Amino acid sequence: MSAVADEQAAIQVESLTTFYGERRILNNVSLEIRPRETMVLLGSSGTGKSTLLRHILALEKPALGHIYVRGVDVCHSHPREMEDLRRHMGVLFQSGALFGSMTLGDNVAVPLRELTKLDESTIQVLVRMKLGLVGLGGYEDLMPAQLSGGMRKRAGLARALALDPEVLLFDEPSAGLDPITAAGIDELILKLKQTFPMTIVVVTHELASAFLIADRIAVMFAGEIVALGTPAEIQQNQHPRVQQFLKREPEEPERDSEAYLRSLTGPA
Amino acid sequence: MTAILAFFGQRSLAALRYVGGLAILGKDALYWTFVAPVQGKGLRGRAAIHQMVLAGVNAIPIVSLIALFVGLILAYQTANELRKYGATMLVVNIVAIAMSRELAPLMTAVIVAGRSASAFAAELGTMKVGEELDALDTMGLSKTKFLVVPKYLALILMMPCLTLVADFMGIVGGSIFALTEIDMPLGLYWIRALDALLMKDILSGLVKSVIFGIIITEIGCWEGFSVSGGAEGVGRRTTSAVVISITAIIAADMFFSGLFYYIW
Repeated sequence: MSAVADEQAAIQVESLTTFYGERRILNNVSLEIRPRETMVLLGSSGTGKSTLLRHILALEKPALGHIYVRGVDVCHSHPREMEDLRRHMGVLFQSGALFGSMTLGDNVAVPLRELTKLDESTIQVLVRMKLGLVGLGGYEDLMPAQLSGGMRKRAGLARALALDPEVLLFDEPSAGLDPITAAGIDELILKLKQTFPMTIVVVTHELASAFLIADRIAVMFAGEIVALGTPAEIQQNQHPRVQQFLKREPEEPERDSEAYLRSLTGPA
Repeated sequence: MTAILAFFGQRSLAALRYVGGLAILGKDALYWTFVAPVQGKGLRGRAAIHQMVLAGVNAIPIVSLIALFVGLILAYQTANELRKYGATMLVVNIVAIAMSRELAPLMTAVIVAGRSASAFAAELGTMKVGEELDALDTMGLSKTKFLVVPKYLALILMMPCLTLVADFMGIVGGSIFALTEIDMPLGLYWIRALDALLMKDILSGLVKSVIFGIIITEIGCWEGFSVSGGAEGVGRRTTSAVVISITAIIAADMFFSGLFYYIW
């Protein structure tokens, strides 16, 4: 734990290492996310940022290391403890992940109906409130298939907010959206951040969005965090990978001609 | 040599993992169907009724038609042989007993496997691809309770019903033969058919049909949960859901036929 332990970290990742088959995806990643801060995990695709998110959500188990959310070890804790923890976490998946067989209203009502003892009329009021919060008031009776991508994400966000989570996680909130709709989602995240005392974690590769919403940014490359700091600090960071990402330079082509020839001929 | 050993070793391990996965899913489904509701953890009754309509009621026409054909085929195929011994009348007994003990449950299970194991795998697989299963996990909701139990309950209840329909329609199929080929009046045909049947003939078929229903749900759902790699993955798993469940149904049928032969 950190030296200034006046307050417990919202999310604490300790030396996390994971593999997909033989391939190492995350390499000894450690990261502390403070309560009520907005942390953006920034990096190009395949750098392990979504994998890190899936581990924080306990959807996957790491090979090595620990993750604590609100002090609970998500990799090795009792199911009952996890159940309790999940009520305090909300997630917006890349596609929105709405249940296709239910209306928007029912989608938002799922966590309320299943995890609380509220009566149906209260649930209906809450559903309308949450949908109103994301700008979808009056759309309760539509099916997910009738919505645009941006609206599906907003509805997914309303469902994530249903139980007033302390930790809210976003997987690529602007992926697959046009710039205007994406800006609308950023705006919404900013609004939530100002209105509710939540810890927010956003995984993205969108530079503009990251610098707009983040309190701190962690830049990931090849399964490691190569830079961590406020948006201003990241701008100044001289790490070649960070500069490459900020200046949007493409990956350098293979220079070693020997290695290139070997790769063509295959193993002898 | 080691390569061959490694190949068979890997295959055996994969098969064991598969059976293990099915066992865990089965245990979970039993818990959420029969234990959890008693503990007040709820049962998704409306979803179960919806599944009963999809997998059961909507299958009645096709199950009836195929059972009718099978009954008639059975009559034609056995009649020639029986005629040589002057026992054409026994066609009635053979149709009634073979349908209710064996062919009705088996054909029903094969049809339901084709209709519903594929539907289960495709539905759950699409949900997996759309991150809906992850969403359930992150909300702390049981996938088994939400998605498997309604299907499980639906097939446990609907398979015996469909099998009874198939029993009846198979014997109706035989009556077409009796009426047209050996001029047996319908009344006499039914009296002889019911005379030939013992309660255990029908019951053993119904017991098997419940087992087949469990097999179809488990394999359909397991294949759906195992989808990876987008739309193509859903297609692959849907195919294997049908192939594996039909194979498992026939294997189970063989096992139970042997068992009933000795003990019942």
